[in-house]
Amino acid sequence: MGYEAVIGVETHVELATRSKMFCGCPNGFGAEPNSSICPVCLGLPGALPVPNARAIEATVSLGLALGAEVAPHSVFHRKNYFYADLPKNYQISQFDLPLCRGGHLDVEAEGGTRRVGLTRIHLEEDTGKSTHLGASGRIRAAEAVLLDFNRSGVPLMEVVSEPDLRSPEEARAFAAELRAVILALGISEARLEEGQMRFDANVSVRPEGGSGLGTKVEIKNMNSLRSLQRALAFEAERQTGLLSAGGEVEQETRHWDEAAGCTRAGRSKEESSDYRYFPEPDLVPVALEAALLDRLREALPELPAQRRARYAALGLDAGAARLVAEGDGYGPLLDAAVAAGADPRQGANWLTGEVTAHLRRLGITLADAPLTGAHLGELHGLVAAGRLSATAAKEVLAGVLEGEGTPAEVAARRDLIQISDETVLEAAVAEVLAAHPAEVERLRAGEQRLIGFLVGKVMQVTGGKADPRRVSEAVRRAAG
Amino acid sequence: MSGDPADLTIAEAAAALRSGALSAADLLAAVRRRAGATEAQLHAYLTLDVEGAERAAEAADAALSRGEDPGPLAGIPLAIKDNMCTRGIETTSGSRLLAGYRPPYDATVVGRLRAAGAVIVGKTNLDEFAMGSSTENSAYGPTRNPWDPDRVPGGSSGGSAAAVAVGSALGALGSDTGGSIRQPAALCGIVGLKPTYGLVSRYGLVAFASSLDQIGPFARTVEDAATLFEAICGHDPSDATSYRGVPPVVRPTLEAGPEGLRVGVIAELAGEGNEPAVLAAFGRTLEALEVAGAEVREVSLPSIPYALDAYYLIAPAECSANLARFDGVRYGRRLPGDTVEQMMAATRRDGFGPEVTRRILLGTYALSAGYYEAFYGRAQQVRTLVIEDFARAYGRVDVLVCPTSPTTAFAIGERTEDPLAMYLADVCTIPSNLVGGPGISLPVGRDGVGLPIGFQVLAPPLGEAVLLRAARAVEVLAGFAARPALATSEAR
Repeated sequence: MGYEAVIGVETHVELATRSKMFCGCPNGFGAEPNSSICPVCLGLPGALPVPNARAIEATVSLGLALGAEVAPHSVFHRKNYFYADLPKNYQISQFDLPLCRGGHLDVEAEGGTRRVGLTRIHLEEDTGKSTHLGASGRIRAAEAVLLDFNRSGVPLMEVVSEPDLRSPEEARAFAAELRAVILALGISEARLEEGQMRFDANVSVRPEGGSGLGTKVEIKNMNSLRSLQRALAFEAERQTGLLSAGGEVEQETRHWDEAAGCTRAGRSKEESSDYRYFPEPDLVPVALEAALLDRLREALPELPAQRRARYAALGLDAGAARLVAEGDGYGPLLDAAVAAGADPRQGANWLTGEVTAHLRRLGITLADAPLTGAHLGELHGLVAAGRLSATAAKEVLAGVLEGEGTPAEVAARRDLIQISDETVLEAAVAEVLAAHPAEVERLRAGEQRLIGFLVGKVMQVTGGKADPRRVSEAVRRAAG
Repeated sequence: MSGDPADLTIAEAAAALRSGALSAADLLAAVRRRAGATEAQLHAYLTLDVEGAERAAEAADAALSRGEDPGPLAGIPLAIKDNMCTRGIETTSGSRLLAGYRPPYDATVVGRLRAAGAVIVGKTNLDEFAMGSSTENSAYGPTRNPWDPDRVPGGSSGGSAAAVAVGSALGALGSDTGGSIRQPAALCGIVGLKPTYGLVSRYGLVAFASSLDQIGPFARTVEDAATLFEAICGHDPSDATSYRGVPPVVRPTLEAGPEGLRVGVIAELAGEGNEPAVLAAFGRTLEALEVAGAEVREVSLPSIPYALDAYYLIAPAECSANLARFDGVRYGRRLPGDTVEQMMAATRRDGFGPEVTRRILLGTYALSAGYYEAFYGRAQQVRTLVIEDFARAYGRVDVLVCPTSPTTAFAIGERTEDPLAMYLADVCTIPSNLVGGPGISLPVGRDGVGLPIGFQVLAPPLGEAVLLRAARAVEVLAGFAARPALATSEAR
């Protein structure tokens, strides 16, 4: 009997606000340990939280972008548990009155689009970071624990999906699409390698095509799209194996071990927490005015799916449309290029090909490169006019990216402009034909491959600056 | 000038400082002398900030000598309850767990008093984390009542109340979660004001129960209490529950008198359950009010019998979370343990006294899965009923009155073995914390053994103007002028 997976994903996203969720400390990555801290995020006696309006707006923006219902009245709760890197030993989070409920995200899945429902989007504060020192590096055997509270109080948005995903691949696609939406909104840098986006997932399996739900297992600790997919694949297979062998799945929390490539059972005692949620008395309920919601709705940017559809309509294939739509800064650059006269497909090819490759060689991002849409429009004009070959166009792009100036300037400096003056071209052809009478004879006798020989000679004479297509035509005409 | 400056009211001292009859340094010295003469018996203070107080007094004298008007609190020696953070000055909240803890910042109220030129004499004793009604729960030993050192000063702000009563400060700040300003004010024979929730910033107040805690002043007169209130109230962007509007203006109506004032006597709190002497003094005050032109009528608040129960679920629930941060990880005393969890557990077990432990356990239980609705949820419903009851009453009267405490000061040790008897000490003060409106206690008489009796006035939220007007009227009518024996006998 075949089994299918039923998956829901919980995504934690650190918001890119200037200050932390409940205090004025800078929200940044990479500072000296315990340098971005204050009485509030350190949980000192007497300190009080004040909510970050930008973080609330960012969360609401995501809700609006995903069609969620934004609560006119939302409440922060205290989630109580003791942990050394949780300074107050409670986390300010949300419980039964989150900022957003419902909504959905369409994910391109095998066999079409999958509409994934969202349960809720809420806001909370991140914890500090513990580093366990000791021989094994494991929590239980640690000899010492180092605590860094720079991350304590960073705004953390939690997006909870319905169990609408049916495979690890879909779950990965969901996470990738969610990340693309978050990047388009500019509310987080969503850098996975820095833990700015982290995943937990619920997974169960059931007989294919069934409608009931099997016993679910929660998997924690996935920090990349790849580990999300791997963990779910491992877990779905583990559960399928259990059920196929006539066994049962135990409801539990398991941790993904990236190095070992498997999930492991957590200590059940550790997981059976009663968080004793109650409304945070240091804060008043969040009341969102209609005018604010209108302003946030109007400010929503074009979302990745809309952008992909627009590029597809311009003739880009699905892969290029996705690359351009989701690459950081690619979409706006292509839009500017098209506005400056570039062909959309040509422009997309340059961006996803030569530009991407050369940026990688230079070790910079598009945002840091001096390339503009006007440059691409100009480049397109040079190629269309026959003044640059396709190969030379790529070299010009490299020059522009290296800061040598506009495409025309680069082409001139690197001497890449093709000879387009017909009289010069015909003079060169006549010179070559006159110098190789024997070969001209054999060509006229039908030995077609000699065209290549003669074109090569013309290219030599012109120093490679002639358009080979037009040289070839001229040789045929002259010899014919 | 004649008399000891330590016996001046804030208003009198401010006038003397302005006229040049007294210097801030001399005033501080007088208050210090009083502390030196009384502390051995009273133990009102946990910490004296000798240098800081001298610097502040010098600054006030310098400003006065330049002919500046540094405001009504410049040079005035004040005391701060030790659950308010003072930068660099030990702040223990009466707990062993915070022994030696020096906050890196001033509470907003402390900053406001410093900005007003006040001289902060020191930090006063309290029940550990403000949990108690007698100041016996301090890890540093009890404070005693200046009227009778064998009796408690009330609590939890007993140190502040005793200091003001005896003259080792001209005014003080306390915090009131269920009566912790008003009840000790009553037992020490001074004025104690709990302002409307949100009018005074809680930033820097070591939290007990966030939705009930409010900082307020102690003074010897209603006018002085008003002066301190004016100095500490107002919006604070660091406290999200801070009121954003303009605070009530109290001074113009302070002397408006009782005429036409509609006074409601809370039936449920002004009869049975109060000591006869308390009832007698209360009744005499009501008669005086009536004679002076107030309309006095009885008002019933049927939800009041449930208020104490609701309070003893809400306050412990909030405290169980508020006190979770005291784990030995980042500050305070730490006991060793083999694991981080064991270290935290040992630190907390050793650091918290029995009453604090009791309330943390009560609160943890009340919030637990399966009990939340029956306890915390139900208590919040009762709180809503109490709020509605009071709102209805304030539709008919301007202020509500009742005794502040059913008894006068009780003996040290009398109730320590009986937490429920101790909890009943707050039965008259707790409802206004649930409601959030202001309340004030002022002395109106003494019982058979000479202990002071407090009269409580309550007003609707933001009703400080009518509250203080009524309190001032009572003050005039009661003419209470007695001072505790400890304050008057320099020849002790």
